[in-house]
Amino acid sequence: MEFLFDYATLRVVWWALLGILLIGFAVTDGFDMGAAALMPLVAKDDDERRVVINTVGPVWEGNQVWFILGGGAIFAAWPALYAVSFSGFYLAMFLVLLFLILRPVAFKYRSKRENPRWRARWDWALTLSGLVPPVIFGVAVGNTLIGVPFTYDNDLRPLYKGGLFGLLNPPAVFCGIVSLAMVAAHGAAWLQLKADDIVAARAAKLGRVATLSAAALFLVGGLLVYWGALGGYELTSVPDYRGPSFPLDKDVVAAPQGWLSNYANAPILWLVPVLGIGGLAVASVGFSRRMRHSTLAATGVGIAGVIGTVGVSMFPFLLPSNIDPAHSLMVFDASSSKNTLRNMLIATVIFLPLILLYTGWVFKVMRGQVTKAGIASADHAY
Amino acid sequence: MFDPLVTDLSRLQFALTAMYHFLFVPLTLGLSILIAMMETVYVMTGREVWRQMTKFWGVLFGINFALGVATGITMEFQFGMNWAFYSHYVGDVFGAPLAIEGLMAFFLEATFVGLFFFGWDRLGAKQHLMVTWLMALGTNFSALWILIANGWMQNPVGAAFNPDTMRMEVTDFMAVMFNPVAQAKFVHTVSAGYVCGAVFVLAISAWYMLKGRHIALAQRSFAIAAAFGVASTLSVIVLGDESGYAVTDHQKMKLAAMEAMWHTEPAPAPFTIIGLPDQKERETKFALQVPWVMGIIGTRSLDTEIPGIMELVDVAEGRIRQGLIAYEALETFKADRTDMAAKATFIAHRDDLGYALLLRRFVDDPLVANDADIREAAWFTVPSVPAAFFTFRIMVGVGLLLLLLFGTAAFYTTREEQPPIWLLKAAFLALPLPWIAIELGWFLAEYGRQPWIIEGVLPTFLAASTLNLSDIILTIIGFTVVYGILAVIEVRLMIAAIKKGPALVDELDDLVPGLGERGVGEIPPAAPSPAE
Repeated sequence: MEFLFDYATLRVVWWALLGILLIGFAVTDGFDMGAAALMPLVAKDDDERRVVINTVGPVWEGNQVWFILGGGAIFAAWPALYAVSFSGFYLAMFLVLLFLILRPVAFKYRSKRENPRWRARWDWALTLSGLVPPVIFGVAVGNTLIGVPFTYDNDLRPLYKGGLFGLLNPPAVFCGIVSLAMVAAHGAAWLQLKADDIVAARAAKLGRVATLSAAALFLVGGLLVYWGALGGYELTSVPDYRGPSFPLDKDVVAAPQGWLSNYANAPILWLVPVLGIGGLAVASVGFSRRMRHSTLAATGVGIAGVIGTVGVSMFPFLLPSNIDPAHSLMVFDASSSKNTLRNMLIATVIFLPLILLYTGWVFKVMRGQVTKAGIASADHAY
Repeated sequence: MFDPLVTDLSRLQFALTAMYHFLFVPLTLGLSILIAMMETVYVMTGREVWRQMTKFWGVLFGINFALGVATGITMEFQFGMNWAFYSHYVGDVFGAPLAIEGLMAFFLEATFVGLFFFGWDRLGAKQHLMVTWLMALGTNFSALWILIANGWMQNPVGAAFNPDTMRMEVTDFMAVMFNPVAQAKFVHTVSAGYVCGAVFVLAISAWYMLKGRHIALAQRSFAIAAAFGVASTLSVIVLGDESGYAVTDHQKMKLAAMEAMWHTEPAPAPFTIIGLPDQKERETKFALQVPWVMGIIGTRSLDTEIPGIMELVDVAEGRIRQGLIAYEALETFKADRTDMAAKATFIAHRDDLGYALLLRRFVDDPLVANDADIREAAWFTVPSVPAAFFTFRIMVGVGLLLLLLFGTAAFYTTREEQPPIWLLKAAFLALPLPWIAIELGWFLAEYGRQPWIIEGVLPTFLAASTLNLSDIILTIIGFTVVYGILAVIEVRLMIAAIKKGPALVDELDDLVPGLGERGVGEIPPAAPSPAE
């Protein structure tokens, strides 16, 4: 136990938990967003659209909490990261918020009236709220890789020197497309599992395309990193692993292949990107053979592998600064205090298994395909 | 270098989005419990009407819940977006309750709310009841953790400024969790939510009875809302969060401002029922006072003094001077992080650091501040007295009015009499009252905390992000437009759902002519439920 509550260990554990929460969000809410984004392509009439919506209807709300928890956990465990990224990505965050605000309302209100124009409007809101946030999240990850323009003043006040359009640089937009392809593949796998046969068949076709694109783009991303087009930094001073979280006390340089150095030091880490590619490859086979459960599992593994790749490539960087690399945020100088990390870990160890338990139970209760006939007979359906 | 307009606009945006969010939250808190109680009666008695009540109020709950969830996400993200320095400065303390809220409360409520609506055909009656209670529990836990976070902003216990990291850090997590201000706020806020739910059910049931519709459902709903309302309103008034006002200097200041008490009065202090506080002249004109009452409310004793505004300004001035010692030592330590003597001096005086930061409003370098600057900064700690004075009185007035309403309603329902028409009309007209009281209560708590964002620790004007004015203006317009449209849609859907009414109970009304108190329950619960 002593080892577990060591400050350095706690920081690494919280780095891993941050990854797990982001993966949890991408894997659960990812299929909601993916299904919504694919809705215009897989559903041709109102009944089919209701099938798509009702496959996620009972569970999207719980899934979205992964995102809220992710935000809360960054605030609690990595306050410096929370402060810089949320204020720095101000307008991008605002766009995400707008769509996340429209989404619950769209689910709930869409089928409350028969009027086709009313429904069409909400369907658009749903589709966009499945399309835009994954792109923005991908763009944010891209900017994290290449570094963002921030620095600190004498009071340790974060100062951000960029705007919305600075975020939309080509490498970051590329990451946004990777993210969208991945989420679309996952959404297709979900629809293949849950939707009425005709919708599921269309989803499977699209899913195969999305999966193969995601895998190809991920490989291109690897090449971009190799060519130094997706950032790369290197810590040139020895970090104080148990020192106070003071992010101005180190030396960092931009290094074109910096995001590959961890793999050279620990080749076992190659397993993570291999998991990403492997998951997506298995999923593409799953879509052709209409293997309903294993395809969804495979896209989930693929997403975990891709997000995990970003994490292990960057470690111990959390958010590099491209105008003042020495002010970059690192696992060992941007965390909360030891007390907070420990208290939060105890809370997580108690509650996360409970959450998984009852979430699993809810999925089990709601198992089975969603059919047009089922929706027509249920007064509570969306 | 700090653009006050950025802070003011960020405050405006926070006020808009928080007050809008809190139009939905109290109703969620109250309705979730009321629905769970209705379903409990259904499971215990097997009477179909209670199941229909659960489903009908559940539909209205769902319309409201969607917007509560949607607007709640904004709240969590806005700290980082608009208050970056705040987030950096206190995230170590303030972030934890928000994260635990996610772990303990949001998952519970959000996971089970889906099953509440979709699980009727897939779960047994007892299982579904459990789901409903877990959902209600989740919403209430959520309020608990938010108020622990907010309570810490009012009374920042269990934390200290760490010069090595230049931010506030937790020293005693239990003290943060069991903060007396947070406890008082939790009980007060949750009870206010119950009052809101009770008024909502009471008002709509009264409207049905006035229209002669859905009598079986309306009578029972009216009765349960009346009883629940009496209990909740008593809880709000008796366990008001004034009990937390004696704890800290600025909470005392807020209390003094609410009372427009310019000078310390001998204990027990009188209560000013009404008057006209004048901030410039520093006096209250035309004051009508009742002896003793304020001392008893504010201190729960007859011999504890409540300090007045003038005396609290003197206290603030002393703390600014103490804070300057800490400020100077911290500047020395920042220049040379090995200077242990400066660090020790700082630690001895760090509890007053925030007071020295107040001077940054008036001078660039607090260390060159003169006596006039310090005096001005000390008076800066006084919030707007008329605003606090009047919002408090309206809030309390509404509370007493609602107690009267619920008491009368409960009186008629316990005697199993049909409530008279005037009472039904009054109940319907009372619909907006809880929202008025609740929004004013939050205004009082947060506006009354000014100039602090964290009392005694960080002034609000230092806490905002360094954003472009145009970005903030854009988001304020964006939020206003989207929230405005959603409000219109929400109210229309609500009214449509209320006008449509519960489906099955209408048919029961037809089946059982001259419906008596017990008629409905005779229908077996297995009756097929027709689609809406």
